[in-house]
Amino acid sequence: MPEIRVTPLGAGQDVGRSCILVSIAGKNVMLDCGMHMGYNDDVDDELEIKAYYAGHVLGAAMFQIKVGSESVVYTGDYNMTPDRHLGAAWIDKCRPNLLITESTYATTIRDSKRCRERDFLKKVHETVERGGKVLIPVFALGRAQELCILLETFWERMNLKVPIYFSTGLTEKANHYYKLFITWTNQKIRKTFVQRNMFEFKHIKAFDRAFADNPGPMVVFATPGMLHAGQSLQIFRKWAGNEKNMVIMPGYCVQGTVGHKILSGQRKLEMEGRQVLEVRMQVEYMSFSAHADAKGIMQLVGQAEPESVLLVHGEAKKMEFLRQKIEQEFRVSCYMPANGETVTLPTSPSIPVGISLGLLKREMAQGLLPGAKRPRLLHGTLIMKDSSFRLVSSEQALKELGLAEHQLRFTCRVHLQDTRKEQETALRVYSHLKSTLKDHCVQHLPDGSVTVESILIQAAAHSEDPGTKVLLVSWTYQDEELGSFLTALLKKGLPQAPS
Amino acid sequence: MLDCGLDMTSTLNFLPLPLVQSPRLSNLPGWSLKDGNAFLDKTELIDLSTVDVVLISNYHCMMALPYITERTGFTGTVYATEPTVQIGRLLMEELVSFIERVPKAQSASLWKNKDTQRLLPPPLKDAVEVSTWRRCYTMQEVNSALSKVQLVGYSQKTELFGAVQVTPLSSGYALGSSNWIIQSHYEKVSYVSGSSLLTTHPQPMDQASLKNSDVLVLTGLTQIPTANPDGMVGEFCSNLALTVRNGGNVLVPCYPSGVIYDLLECLYQYIDSAGLASVPFYFISPVANSSLEFSQIFAEWLCHNKQSKVYLPEPPFPHAELIQTNKLKHYPSIHGDFSNDFRQPCVVFTGHPSLRFGDVVHFMELWGKSSLNTVIFTEPDFSYLEALAPYQPLAMKCIYCPIDTRLNFMQVSKLLKEVQPLHVVCPEQYTQPPPAQSHRMDLMIDCQPPAMAYRRAEVLALPFKRRYEKIEIMPELADSLVPMEIKPGISLATVSAVLHTKDNKHVLQPPPRPAQPPSSKKRKRVSEDVPDCKVPKPLLSGSIPVDQLVQTLEKHGFSDIKVEDTAKGHIVLLQEAETLIQIEEDSTHIICDNDEMLRVRLRDLVLKFLQKF
Repeated sequence: MPEIRVTPLGAGQDVGRSCILVSIAGKNVMLDCGMHMGYNDDVDDELEIKAYYAGHVLGAAMFQIKVGSESVVYTGDYNMTPDRHLGAAWIDKCRPNLLITESTYATTIRDSKRCRERDFLKKVHETVERGGKVLIPVFALGRAQELCILLETFWERMNLKVPIYFSTGLTEKANHYYKLFITWTNQKIRKTFVQRNMFEFKHIKAFDRAFADNPGPMVVFATPGMLHAGQSLQIFRKWAGNEKNMVIMPGYCVQGTVGHKILSGQRKLEMEGRQVLEVRMQVEYMSFSAHADAKGIMQLVGQAEPESVLLVHGEAKKMEFLRQKIEQEFRVSCYMPANGETVTLPTSPSIPVGISLGLLKREMAQGLLPGAKRPRLLHGTLIMKDSSFRLVSSEQALKELGLAEHQLRFTCRVHLQDTRKEQETALRVYSHLKSTLKDHCVQHLPDGSVTVESILIQAAAHSEDPGTKVLLVSWTYQDEELGSFLTALLKKGLPQAPS
Repeated sequence: MLDCGLDMTSTLNFLPLPLVQSPRLSNLPGWSLKDGNAFLDKTELIDLSTVDVVLISNYHCMMALPYITERTGFTGTVYATEPTVQIGRLLMEELVSFIERVPKAQSASLWKNKDTQRLLPPPLKDAVEVSTWRRCYTMQEVNSALSKVQLVGYSQKTELFGAVQVTPLSSGYALGSSNWIIQSHYEKVSYVSGSSLLTTHPQPMDQASLKNSDVLVLTGLTQIPTANPDGMVGEFCSNLALTVRNGGNVLVPCYPSGVIYDLLECLYQYIDSAGLASVPFYFISPVANSSLEFSQIFAEWLCHNKQSKVYLPEPPFPHAELIQTNKLKHYPSIHGDFSNDFRQPCVVFTGHPSLRFGDVVHFMELWGKSSLNTVIFTEPDFSYLEALAPYQPLAMKCIYCPIDTRLNFMQVSKLLKEVQPLHVVCPEQYTQPPPAQSHRMDLMIDCQPPAMAYRRAEVLALPFKRRYEKIEIMPELADSLVPMEIKPGISLATVSAVLHTKDNKHVLQPPPRPAQPPSSKKRKRVSEDVPDCKVPKPLLSGSIPVDQLVQTLEKHGFSDIKVEDTAKGHIVLLQEAETLIQIEEDSTHIICDNDEMLRVRLRDLVLKFLQKF
């Protein structure tokens, strides 16, 4: 039985690393191990890979893996809502056997993007107005650029002078990437890039570590995004003690990180060297993380119309909720294997063969005839030679194999009580059949014989009994049913001729 | 429809469109001032509104698109790559703005009357179908035309109506330029148009995917088969340097995209060593800025070298640096900033290469009188002598360095040997040496079997027959098939199935289960019992060994069997049952009384010896 097997090695019911092994029609594919861009890569003669825009970060892609008629779609991280710099993920109705989707935000349904943006700007603005400092931990590419565009336009509009800094010294380089890869961003940015490059910021400057101690308000984007190390953590430690300051976490934080701790309400943090850091600054969480939320995941499932769904890259409890929802709404089975656990899906691929055009056209032409209400049966011979499968008409199959047709013919003697001459008997048979078999071609030939379609009926005298006539009913094996039916019918005798 | 290029050579029949009325041009006797574009003369052969799909191979080959999509009732889809569409838009935008900038006071059309045209001097007299020459389209039409384009990437397969799949492949000629594969499950046609094997800026040509083609349509070869593009680039640089060193200006009539990127790159490497660092380079076109910017963002369509640059990240083309260091400046037109910045001697890249419209007309007028200046022709689309005709007499030097990177005949023959298509189809011109060099037998396509030539307005029948179509056998049906090995390695199975066809996709499903006999106790009329002879019986094959048949019959309880030999076979007599079986090589005839039980038993025994098809 053909099947598809999936084993998550690094994303089963957890968030973070992802690595998934898929076996499909004899091919093994490891997902999330780097793929170059482009479409429809024929990896070998049978395995085909197609990339779709995923909108998560610059260049993020979803993949369709196809072997013959079996296919799996792997989403990686994706985002179904377009943002300020990327478009929304999109997939066609490709009806894969299996859709493997990330489910980081399996239970979240976020409010509108616009509300979140307004909220974010309001918080930042209020904080700097009262002289506080705002720390926004981000990862170098992705959300950082989106939030920069957001603040840049706001600063421009409100004519604000408070400095905005971007840490890591990567700013220029990161923005240069965006400039060169502008074809991967959203419509609006692509359309206007010749006149105005959205990634050239007027208000956002490179951060120097000495700036952290400057008095007065400022906004700093610092890496990494989960406050687990590096510059963002250093700045956090400096600013945490002041209640005028604010840290805004724009994305998901893994358990164990400082980000996760402060988001879950912890206000006393144990740092290395048994130091305790008291957090007085305000802590805000705003989901700008570009993962699909529950609504987005459902949307993607609806778009792709898979036969089954497999959830990865999420927390078990949340996944369970989403799993039920998917099974209810789409009536497809949904799996959520743990790391190392294999899911096996039986598939029933149809078998592609070549049909001779002659046979196909003949059948299709007859299917178009009026009165072809019932589906017609196509009859042919499948020739299997090596790995080539061809369906041809039986005549052609015989011819190709150099075989002669063997004709099997039956002739049945039916005895009838009839004193009249043979010709008259034949005529009676003709009129009886003509009136009984309205749908068939019944003919009376000049030589006195009667045909029903290709079945021949002749009347002969009985060698011994002049009161009996013998009907010879003759047909080939191909007319088996009709021939058998006719002999049975004639055996019942002819209706009394009006005398 | 494969491509829709615009033949603009007809513009050479017209006088240049200057920005300011030129007294010299307007005082020429019997002048006619008008633009015109010849295009697709024989369109009455086909109704363009019935075209379902247009495949575009490169941005030069889509210049007629607005005429097709906007003026014929076209409702189909156009397929092209993103750079093709973006740069194609720039070329059209430039064309439209060049033409619209200089509205004509009057336009003549009476000359198009056939009787009048006959009296005109050549080449106008000989121009074909002038009545189909059209005025230039508008930007509105361009936008509407481009909105009908569906973007595709290299190797991306697109299914058309379930019948064929089309796939663009890199052709190595220009940004986003493509060859197309059009294939069904059993046939493959390659359309090779405007391809290059030279390493310039675009992604190299994908040759491997062209293999196993039944037909290869080959067009868009180099227009200058005798010129070596590398040599031409060298000549271009040295002539440019020479002129500038002597205090003259250089004019390069060009399109706003394509070869200009390569020329700028060569100059980038060349200017310092040639001592040209202080000479300003001007690129003047309404789309100059966009063209330079766009070239930098199509990394995935560039050659490997340039592609790897963007990961550093650095702009793939060095003209970014030329702009940054102020060596290259670009302007939308000669008005405005340009007139302030303009310094001589300088090098100007501008269009249109036909010298009939665009800013180039102004520079020809401005610099034509001095022998210090040079005009260097690099675009191969127009005869430079014809282009120059209305400006004669000219003092300025004219250098002809056509740079056409498309395939030459030697490369074609190498390509065909590599790809080995069953048939090659090409324009008639490629099947014989050029008329001007009729002895050059090397300047034609040479392949076996000989290429089939197509001519304007002629239908070419391709010498291959479609025999098979793909059909899917549903798994339930496949499970029910019983294969039987007929010869070693060849198995057969008879198939009776229901054919479903939707969107040109064919599927075979298992036949419906026989309906349950109606339980009604009413006596049915005889006619209702008539069997449905639409269920065909298989054909039979094989022969029946008499001895074995007799043995089998005996085993099944038939006694007193008698066998008689006949001329062609045997007769087996079942005396008791008054039945005889005539057996010949290819036929069997059972003659019996009307005893259905008996007949069916005999039938099944006989069938055991035969194969069903």
